[in-house]
Amino acid sequence: MMWKWLHPYANPEISYHFAGKILPWCARLAFVFLAIGITWALLFAPADYQQGDTFRIFYLHVPAAMLSMGIYLGMAIAALSSLVWQLRLADATAAAMAPIGATFTFIALITGAAWGKPMWGTWWIWDARLTSELILLFLYLGVIALHNAFEDKNLAGKAAGILALVGVINLPIIKYSVEWWNTLHQGATVSKLGQPSMTADMFWPFLVCFIGFAFLVTALICLRFRSEILNRNSMRPWVRELVATEEKAHAV
Amino acid sequence: MTQVSYRAAFGLIVKRDLMIAFRHRDDIINPLLFFVIVVTLFPLGVGPESTTLSRIAPGIIWVAALLATLLSLDRLFKSDYADGSLEQMLLSPQPIFILVLAKIVAHWLLTGLPLILIAPLLAVLLHLNEHSYGALMLTLLLGTPVLSLLGAIGVALTVGIKKGGVLLSLLVLPLYIPVLIFATSAIDTAAMNLPYNGQLAIIAAIFFASLTLAPFAVSAALKVSTN
Amino acid sequence: MSRLHSENTAFTPNTNSLLSASNLACIRGDRLLFETLDINIAAGDIVQVEGPNGAGKTSLLRILSGLSQPYDGQVYFQDKRITQHRETFHQDLLYLGHLPGVKDEMTAQENLEFNLALHGLNSATAEATLAEVNLLGFEDALAAHLSAGQHRRISLARLWQSQAKIWILDEPFTAIDKLGVEKLEQLFLQHADNGGCVILTTHQDLSLPAERVKKVTLAYRFY
Repeated sequence: MMWKWLHPYANPEISYHFAGKILPWCARLAFVFLAIGITWALLFAPADYQQGDTFRIFYLHVPAAMLSMGIYLGMAIAALSSLVWQLRLADATAAAMAPIGATFTFIALITGAAWGKPMWGTWWIWDARLTSELILLFLYLGVIALHNAFEDKNLAGKAAGILALVGVINLPIIKYSVEWWNTLHQGATVSKLGQPSMTADMFWPFLVCFIGFAFLVTALICLRFRSEILNRNSMRPWVRELVATEEKAHAV
Repeated sequence: MTQVSYRAAFGLIVKRDLMIAFRHRDDIINPLLFFVIVVTLFPLGVGPESTTLSRIAPGIIWVAALLATLLSLDRLFKSDYADGSLEQMLLSPQPIFILVLAKIVAHWLLTGLPLILIAPLLAVLLHLNEHSYGALMLTLLLGTPVLSLLGAIGVALTVGIKKGGVLLSLLVLPLYIPVLIFATSAIDTAAMNLPYNGQLAIIAAIFFASLTLAPFAVSAALKVSTN
Repeated sequence: MSRLHSENTAFTPNTNSLLSASNLACIRGDRLLFETLDINIAAGDIVQVEGPNGAGKTSLLRILSGLSQPYDGQVYFQDKRITQHRETFHQDLLYLGHLPGVKDEMTAQENLEFNLALHGLNSATAEATLAEVNLLGFEDALAAHLSAGQHRRISLARLWQSQAKIWILDEPFTAIDKLGVEKLEQLFLQHADNGGCVILTTHQDLSLPAERVKKVTLAYRFY
């Protein structure tokens, strides 16, 4: 059943053009939402009564952190469908997602550290959430490094997919263990980097920012997905034709 | 053709791996020496003060155990891959699950078990709290098989890659974090003379989960690597 | 199975096939080695896979043995997909690749015994079998002290004990002397006559009667 409606998209050429069609729309939506969301968050949303304007980094940090986990989950789902249903394009999707997820994890770490500086007076604190983000970054880098280590991109996709699945099973355990470790070792020195209870005038700009980032991620995935497909199908006639027409267009 | 019983196939592989290791003893001894040397470095780096050492002893022993296991992981599939016996195993009519599990058990017998035997000696050098010895042994007993099981996934994924050594540590070490956290915490708790059953139960759960799931991941990874 | 295609293969579909493949495609790196390849191998066949270096002979043998997955297409053992009936298929398969699968740390006899036992064969007669491949007197020598040719003969010794119907042999004659090659060829013939089949690659010409050897020719493709 599912196979039936998925089947046209199992063709790399159709998927390539499909991703090309939705890419500009996602990019436009991302631009609109982010422009509104960031202006709202930085200029109009109220400052936090304790943290002041420092708090505004929340509108960047939290969406990035949520998306970094979300992308890993998406990558694992793609890897699973590739292994179970032999969907070759799912490999390309997973491969397209890994570097984007790693980038968002990195953004979450940097913004977390930048948020921590005025609050704790130090760039890095072994806070539970920051530590899990750091380990998540290691997991992402492992997947990317493994993918790069294989010459053959089909094998690379399979190997990285297995690792992503192992990682996604481990991720909740790691997260739980880090949180547990953190409460165990937490002295009275620092308060947790917590979300203050969100009021409505904070929630709406946050939501708009989050949606904007989500569209940005989708657009980036489409972009990288297209290049992964071209990479994997470079010997196929339709890719050769595509390259020939592109060259002609540039020559004119 | 007679089908070999699962137990016979399992025993066959374990026996073979042990025999090979005993004829090549360096492979057993070198990771152990590494374990001892790494542990020795800490008092030299941190200072010989016994309160500091006994405070960080659980962490040192466990981190050194992780690194020693990592170092020994290559033996798991690398030589079998290089001489073609790995593909013969994958082509045998036995379930791959059994063969993989047998290789992992043999690996644990050759690295995990010696680590456990030598650990109390190093604990003495590090002035580990006297209440903690039981916890140290129990966490190693439950935790080192997990290291072999999870490590096997990493080796299976990297066995076909020419310079897979560094990559292997990048893949495997993050997966070791939960075991490290709960094991050291159990030892710390024991030092305070408090019950540490909770941590042990979690490590046991991780052990059983990886025992059932890891061989599947390893078989899938080996199929990719020998492709 | 429906799209039988005879461009690359010289034989007709056979209903009592042991091993067949339909619509196989193989990609290595950026190169398409072969596609829409159909193969049908019946009991009694001796099949030689031919082609220049890099044409995908080894890849084809590995796909047929189930070690590699084809980019496209399926391999069937007695009309059952080998991916779904791996264990029954591998009971009836003997594959010898480029690597002999011999451990340096074990003696010739231990190596053979292990290989036989792993495939569910009686390992009691290992010593006698080693005599068939001219390794008498080397039973207790560590494989580390033996030559590449002797390693290969240890792995080939399994052929004399094998009860598998399908033999897939990648360059079995490498480092084997003339007498040994003749002996192996006779063994192949005998195996085929007993209802088995042999699929092999070799750089040498087979001295078997031409009508007994079927050929699959792979061409080198530049893209």
